[in-house]
Parts: sequence; structure tokens; C-alpha cells
Amino acid sequence: MSYIIADNLVKKYGNDDATVTAISGINFEIEAGEFVGIMGESGAGKSTLLSILGAMNKPTDGTLIVDDIDIYSLGQEQRADFRREFLGFIFQSFHLVPYLTVLENVMLPLAIIKERKKQKRLMAEEALDHVGLADKALRLPNQISGGEKERVAIARAIVNEPPVLLADEPTGNLDSKTSQEIMKLLQKLNEDGMTIVMVTHSNECAPYAQRILSVSDGALVQDNFNLKSPADYPN
Amino acid sequence: MTLKEISIRNLMRRKGKAAFVLAGLVIGVATVVAIVSFVNAMTSNINDKLEKYGANILIVPKTENLALSYGGLSLGGVSFEMEEIREAELARVKTIKNARNIAALGPLVLGVVKINATRVLMAGVDFKVSGILKPWWHVQGAFPGSNGILLGSEVARIMDLHPGSSLQVNGKDLAVSGVLEPTGSQDDQLVFTRLKTAQLIFKKQGKVSMAEVAALCKDCPIDDLVKQISEILPGAKVMAIQQVVKGRMEALTQFKNFSYGISGVILLIGGLVVFVTMMGSVRERTNEIGIFRAVGFRKRHIMKIVFIEAGIISGLAGIIGYLIGLGSAKIAIEFFSDGNIATVPFDYQLAAVAILVALTVGLVSSAYPAFTAARMDPNEALRAL
Repeated sequence: MSYIIADNLVKKYGNDDATVTAISGINFEIEAGEFVGIMGESGAGKSTLLSILGAMNKPTDGTLIVDDIDIYSLGQEQRADFRREFLGFIFQSFHLVPYLTVLENVMLPLAIIKERKKQKRLMAEEALDHVGLADKALRLPNQISGGEKERVAIARAIVNEPPVLLADEPTGNLDSKTSQEIMKLLQKLNEDGMTIVMVTHSNECAPYAQRILSVSDGALVQDNFNLKSPADYPN
Repeated sequence: MTLKEISIRNLMRRKGKAAFVLAGLVIGVATVVAIVSFVNAMTSNINDKLEKYGANILIVPKTENLALSYGGLSLGGVSFEMEEIREAELARVKTIKNARNIAALGPLVLGVVKINATRVLMAGVDFKVSGILKPWWHVQGAFPGSNGILLGSEVARIMDLHPGSSLQVNGKDLAVSGVLEPTGSQDDQLVFTRLKTAQLIFKKQGKVSMAEVAALCKDCPIDDLVKQISEILPGAKVMAIQQVVKGRMEALTQFKNFSYGISGVILLIGGLVVFVTMMGSVRERTNEIGIFRAVGFRKRHIMKIVFIEAGIISGLAGIIGYLIGLGSAKIAIEFFSDGNIATVPFDYQLAAVAILVALTVGLVSSAYPAFTAARMDPNEALRAL
């Protein structure tokens, strides 16, 4: 059985008079350890799909199974627990908490787990070391560059070692060189066994995924497996 | 990193807002503390002043006669010549439960004497307690010794007597030691001598006609005192001088009620300041709350962050507010009292109540903002970024 199963996911917004269908019956399965890219034009429904995968946006219809758990049969608080244990989020705008240091931002998901403070700190320092920012642990977010902020966001996403990483345009605000560094970092995490689902516009980033789900008008229009050369990737 | 640290860091970052909430609560708590301290001090002060009104309880013998006087006009039937209370029994008044509330007990023996062929009402009193029972007395001359007499101003005027004059009272030679300045009361018509002297003149040794009591009724109802005295003196009729007592209690009650009303309004305003600021803060932090929720914070974690912030500010406001309130009360007392200054001591109980009230107002006012924050949909919160 696949690790993630999306079965006929539908998401509609609005009421009966003015309904907007953001996602219309999407089906796919993702195996553990895959690196999947979700591509499509603006408004295609990529981010909505990612938020549904992130247990934050209940679909109007359909089911989402992760690790044999029917996510949306869970209550809101249980879904919060699920996010904490199973998911790491990387946002396009980093979304670091401005008044916490780099280290404290990374420790954020650990704030609510029962663990000794020293151990939490050790875990955060390891995550920062993983993304190459061990020397900037005590800086505030406004004292580091965009690429470094993204690395902090990645460190925060992996600090509690979740099996799945969800990334929404992780290089959207970065220059080409930094984007490549970030993508290599994600690739490394994937090689270490982490399942990654990444929404991206970027043709430069897409080749790092092994599989691309192309979304258009809320529907899955293409599912490309085992991509090897840049020519295989959709524009 | 703990929820408490997140709260503290947020307070440190939003110093302005935190200071605003703190100021709102400090003003509220300080005002309440100042008012309560002021009221307590003034109550004590007023009580002291009201004691100058003298006796507020009368103990008279039980009698079946009806008084035949009205507005100072006596038509005979004077009952004081008929019944007495034993002095020994009267001493039992000092054994009642609320004896510590009795400031002075003044036995009085009354009788009619002839001075230079004029009938005059004579009162034998205990001059040692007259300062408390008759604080309005001002004597020209001195209080009498065992063979002396003090004249009411009208008696002195009509009989043309002065301090140093000698006179015969029922055959006993007495010297006028002093004359009372006009009091506007019945005392102007009387002559006064020592209790023992009067008892000797009237042959009423060990007996008194009535007794006056000055009771402090700050922390005990005067009715209780009347009841307690009645129980130990079954042969006497004990009456509270209602005008003085009621006036005193009503004035204090009204003053307290007004003050507490003002305090309540001020606390309500303080609560609204906390509410509005916390609501604004929660809305401002939509993104953070979205992040917290995305990384797995439960609703109760979000509420806890808001409550910890409110708790820290409120606790601090309670301490600062109490100290400022105490200082303000001390200053206010100096302005409003006329030299007879009541003290405003550090009151641990009031300090604890101030902190508790600040915490209650802060936490209750933050409940809805905390609930709103916790209820935020993480997806909506992150989409708002």
C-alpha cells in the first residue's frame, strides 16, 4: 500500500450561488521516499492541493490516507498532532517568527513536545548543522540573508525528523545560485529517506524531483514518473 | 524553547503594546488600591472624629412612666427620681463580648437641689470620662474636686455665680470651680459635681440614675452592643442614640459604596483596554499563529501563549499598581485630612487582593482574544500572509 493516497480529492469554496472548484477529483499515490513535484500555472490549485496534503484544509470530498491514517477523519486537534509528528513545512516566504533567534525558530516544533530542554537544543543544533547554519544560531531572522532564512525554514521542518516534507515554492524568493543550493539540500534529505512533495513554478527546481504531478484548473492532467533528463520535465 | 519563552519574547518585541496593557491595568489597580486604602484610612479617621459626638448609647432604669417633656419643655413627671441602677451592676458592662469597643462608660446620678432658694437639676458625673462623653464641654475655671461644683452657663448667668463663688447645696458647702461655656444643650441648665458627692447629697450611695456609653462602632454594629448590654443588665433599658449611630453608619456606607462603584468602573475600563489591545495583538499575529498551528501546536497551546502573556503583564500590573496606589493614598490622605491623619500601612492582604484582581481582570479580558487566536484556521492564517 502506498504511503500517501489521495482518492478523488475535491475542494470547493463559496456557497451554492457562487461556488469555485479549486480541486476537482484528484487521485494519486506517493510511495515513501519519493521526491514529487507539483507543477502548474498560478491558480491551478497547487497550493490548495498542498494544504490538503498538509492536513490543514479539509477537502469537500474524497479521502487522504497517509501511513494508513485517514487524515480528515481525525478531529482538528488530532490533525495538529499529525502535522507535528508526520509533516515538515517549508514556506515560500520562510515564515520565520521575527522575534525568535534562528535556533529558537528551529526549536519551535519542539516547544510542545515532552523532552528535556538540553535535548531539544541539541536536536535544533543538529538540524542547523545539517543546513550549514550552525554558526548563525543566535542571530535574528532580520540579520540573515534570504537563502539563510530558507535554510532555517528547512531546519525547522526537519528538526523533529518527520517522514514527509511539504515545500511550497521553496525557492520562490531566492536567486538562481541560492535556489540550486536549497534544492541540493532537499535532494540530500530525500536521499536520506525523506518523502518530499514540492510545489514549484521553477523549471530549474523541477529536475530535482523524480516525479511531476501537473495540475491545471484543479485537475491532475499529467503524472510523469521516473524523470531523468531536463527534457522529460513539463514546461 | 517553551511556550513561556515564546510569550516572553513576544512581550519583549512588542514592548509598546505590552506597556500599554500594563499601563491600563496599573492605572486600574492603582486607582482601586488608592481608593480602598483611602476609604479605609478615612473611615478610621471619620470614626475618630465621630467619637467627638460623644455618647451614643444610654442606659436608663426600666420605668413604667412616660416622659412628660417635649422639645426641652418639661411638664413634670420626672422619672429619674423614681428608679436607679446599681453601680456594681453597671460595672458588668465592661465584661460584654465587645467590651473593647466601649470607649467610655459614664454613670450619672440626677437630682433636684436648692441653690439660693432656686430649684436646680444637679448631675453627679465621672469627670474622668467627660472628655470622651462630652467633648464639646469647655470649662472656664476647672473641673470640681470632692467639694466643688461646675455650673451650666445659664445657671451661672441667672444666679450670677462665678468660679470661686461659694454656695450651699442641700446644706452642704460647695465651691464653684468652673462654669461651662454655653453648649446649646440641656447641660446649660444643670449643675455638675462629682458622682460620689452627688450620691452623698441625694443619699443614693452605690446607685446611679442612668449611664452614658461612647461606643466605637467601626467594626461592630451598635445594635449588637445594645443587645449585649441589655443581656447583662436586665433591669435596665439600653438605647442607642439612633441619629448619631445611623448617620455615622450611613455616611460610611455611602462613601464606601460610591468608592467601590468607581473602582468597578475603572477596573472595567482596564479590562476593556486589555481586551482591545490583546485582540489587536492576536490579529497582528495571524501569521505567527498560522505557523504555530502548521507545526502542530494545538488550540490549547495557542491559548496558553496568550494567557501567559496576559498573566505576566497582569501580575506585574498588580504589584506596580498596588505600590502606586498605596503611595497615591498616602499623598491623598495628606491633602484631604485636616491634620488628624490616618495612617496608610502596607497591607499584605490588600496587596494579594490587588494582584489577584489584576490577574483576574487580565485573564478574563484575554479569554476571548485567546479563544479567537486558538480558533484560527491554520490554512486561512497562512493564506493571509
